[in-house]
Amino acid sequence: MSIIHEDALQIASAIKRRELSSIEVVEAFLDRIEKVEPEVKAYINVAADTARKRAAHLDRMIADGEDAGALAGVPIAIKDVLSTRGFPTTCGSRMLEDFVPVYDATAVDRVYRAGTVMLGKANMDEFAMGSSTENSYFGPTVNPWDLDRVPGGSSGGSAAAVAAGEAPWALGSDTGGSIRQPASLCGIVGMKPTYGLVSRYGLVAFASSLDQVGPMTRNVRDCAALLGVIAGHDPLDSTSIQGEVPDYHAGLNGDVKGLKAGVVRELSSKGIEPAVKALFDQTLSKLEEAGVACEEISLPSFEYALSAYYLIAPAEASSNLARFDGVRYGFRSPEEVDDVWEMYDRSRSEGFGGEVKRRIMLGTYALSAGYYDAYYAQAQKIRTLVVRDYARAWEKFDILVSPTSPSTAFRLGEKVDDPMTMYLSDICTIPVNLAGIPALSLPCGLADGLPAGFQVMGPPLGEMKLLNVAYALEQEIGFKQRPGL
Amino acid sequence: MDYETVIGLEIHAELNTLSKMFCGCSTEFGGQPNSKTCPVCLGHPGSLPVTNATAISNTIMLALALNCEITPRSIFHRKNYFYPDMPKNFQISQYDIPLSKGGFLEVDMGDHMRMVGITRVHIEEDTGKSIHIGESGRIHGADYSLEDFNRAGIPLAEIVTEPDIKSPEEARAFVQLLRATLEYLGISDCKMEEGSLRCDANISVSSDGKRGTKVEVKNMNSFRALQRALAYEEERHRFMLEQGREITQETRHWDDAGGVTQPLRSKEEAFDYRYFPEPDLVPMEPDPAMIQELRGGLPELPQERRMRFESEYGLSNDIAIMLTGEKALADYYERAVATGQDPGELAKWIAGDLVAMLKDSVVPIQSCPVHPRGIGELVALVAQKIISGKMAKDVLREAFETGKAPGDIVSDKGLSQMTDERELEAVVGQVIEENPDASRDLRDGKEQALKFLMGQVMKKTHGKANPGIAADILRKKLS
Repeated sequence: MSIIHEDALQIASAIKRRELSSIEVVEAFLDRIEKVEPEVKAYINVAADTARKRAAHLDRMIADGEDAGALAGVPIAIKDVLSTRGFPTTCGSRMLEDFVPVYDATAVDRVYRAGTVMLGKANMDEFAMGSSTENSYFGPTVNPWDLDRVPGGSSGGSAAAVAAGEAPWALGSDTGGSIRQPASLCGIVGMKPTYGLVSRYGLVAFASSLDQVGPMTRNVRDCAALLGVIAGHDPLDSTSIQGEVPDYHAGLNGDVKGLKAGVVRELSSKGIEPAVKALFDQTLSKLEEAGVACEEISLPSFEYALSAYYLIAPAEASSNLARFDGVRYGFRSPEEVDDVWEMYDRSRSEGFGGEVKRRIMLGTYALSAGYYDAYYAQAQKIRTLVVRDYARAWEKFDILVSPTSPSTAFRLGEKVDDPMTMYLSDICTIPVNLAGIPALSLPCGLADGLPAGFQVMGPPLGEMKLLNVAYALEQEIGFKQRPGL
Repeated sequence: MDYETVIGLEIHAELNTLSKMFCGCSTEFGGQPNSKTCPVCLGHPGSLPVTNATAISNTIMLALALNCEITPRSIFHRKNYFYPDMPKNFQISQYDIPLSKGGFLEVDMGDHMRMVGITRVHIEEDTGKSIHIGESGRIHGADYSLEDFNRAGIPLAEIVTEPDIKSPEEARAFVQLLRATLEYLGISDCKMEEGSLRCDANISVSSDGKRGTKVEVKNMNSFRALQRALAYEEERHRFMLEQGREITQETRHWDDAGGVTQPLRSKEEAFDYRYFPEPDLVPMEPDPAMIQELRGGLPELPQERRMRFESEYGLSNDIAIMLTGEKALADYYERAVATGQDPGELAKWIAGDLVAMLKDSVVPIQSCPVHPRGIGELVALVAQKIISGKMAKDVLREAFETGKAPGDIVSDKGLSQMTDERELEAVVGQVIEENPDASRDLRDGKEQALKFLMGQVMKKTHGKANPGIAADILRKKLS
């Protein structure tokens, strides 16, 4: 099998066994990128030179018998929302088109220390706001399974890169489904950890109480390994959880007999495309075959989760994105201005895209005097109800399941002019972020020729259970297809 | 009409922690612009705040010293507004659940006490510093602005008082006492002129019990400016009320050079800060044991020290207030007391001549050229009648200017008083002989003659005669 289609962990062992050198691996991926990028456009900036230099450095270390890290020499794509020192970090926006950070995000630092090689920064919806990667200032990424369709978003570039063999794995970020939904649409594994498990230091903030960094991989084993590298307390992030992190990779045994899965009624019927629903039901049977009993559960607050999210997230975003004003860094309008207020207006109007501006306005409104109680405060109360519904569910069930996305990949341009329809893409994934629990999307087959994902949700810090269920199910499903690209 | 002034104050004190409120940058004053910054205090994308624990415990100490209740669980809020000195265009502050509330500070005005309620003491971060280059030096109409973010992120304690202050003098005394309290606690440099202590005021004047319109006054950069500005406003309000004119509710800027307040075209006119809880920080729940420890560890506070000076050393209220107004001065005084000399005398010399000399030469007490022991020496010399009180003044001046010990100055210059009775008898005898008319006048009961004859004695002894003994001898001889 070609290097570019190997699992990340297999590449890691091959390098350790000196069957492959890091530079060979990196060149293989850079070749692939050169070949398919003109069509896929998964990357905003490819780090060819840096990657080669680093690979050479790692090869030297390995030759000298030095410890180059558990994942020495394995390439990785990093969503352009994560700060990379000395290398542009654009967040898919004109606002940061030429911005080069002075520090690495903690998650980035940790994957570097494990020995990985950054291939480049992956495309995304601007400032992580979107479900199709069509909101990128640099143009959309396309779905490797069908070049007329979207890869999902906002981590569309990361998902497409992994699916198209342009990286063995990637880091993405998830605020309302931005890892899981593109993973589902591109037929790969994507996981959002428990809020606070992975440091947000260096993750350009969209919605601070919802954002998380997570792995996007070809299989569950790789996912467990990558999660293990980035998870764990960070003193630079005050919302980071203390305590020991289990060895997710070592703990993978697929031992799931006797577990109980709740099928969330509110996420698994209304609005789900028939082909997706059919595939979902089939997967439920496979889950039962693996020894997990499935039963329906109703979580009524989920009806309002989407609305609550589309008040809380934009509200926090309106504040988080206030720093982009052209004063200290980033885009400053070249137009002549009379005063600083005009400079703010122009820089922000010209620097931000339409969806970002829409959400900033929405969020500002929801927080404003006279409306705070009716909108933001009210949305937070619904959030509490969502948390309680989940807590109730964990009394009876080990995990909860639903389809990841109500549809397979839709066509480019199909929903981008109708924000409300676009927002509905996140209906299955959003409650997870509101409650801060972990969830994973596993490819469960093709529906009308396009990938669909099966979402597994777990209790807070229930990653091990989640990964094991996914692992067991992965064997049962046996999904091995790749896009024909 | 019966006018009553109502004043409330909002004070910001920069805390002197080693690092900033939410990052590890140094808080040291000075240095090149933007040399004490990092991704966090510059608001770089992806940066996150981490709370400075010392800033919290220092603020708790302040709250305890102001008799406040410590909130068991308080949170940070974001205060959102745009300004070029704001790295994130929001300030991490506190809103409706502050670190502490419901305290008081009693101010001794001499002829009355003023109990001032403390609404709240909370913690927040400071902004950067702007220099606007243009005609007015203000942002409106500026050609460009320079921003220095060294100050951005420095911890600020905010103290808000109830509107219990009833005069500009009380306002000044309150801020002076608060400043002293901060100094005694050792948590702030609290220098109004340097900006580490900032004060804004709200003032209204009620007439015949009817509440007046509240006006905010800003830009008062010294205690004197505070008092002058409020006195001006008070007068302005009274004048308007007398004329039956309406007072506009607004923010006014004190113009120290012009001696007036001007309406400020405020950047925050009826501003909506869209406060919401800071999602990047967890709530603060100070450990009750820690609070107890801080409470027990509070140093003697200014009022306590003042009362002790009055009772233990028998000092007058005025002098006690003067000596305890600055911790370093109070410390200096008590080191002088340790020499064993009379505390009252020591207080007179220190609060009087010494403080005046320090003020004239603009020398802080910490750099006083005279050691506290030296004051003790001086008082001893006078008490032992070796020098007169008048001579002591000169000796102190020389000690201040040269740094020499008073005792050395006296012996070097041979300044000891003449106290030997026989010596003085001889001198007095000579003076009487040389001044028969004046001597006859004194014998006849004309007291003015005493003055003249004493003058002659002093002339003959080059000022060294002990006046008390010499006068006695004169009277005896001429009775």
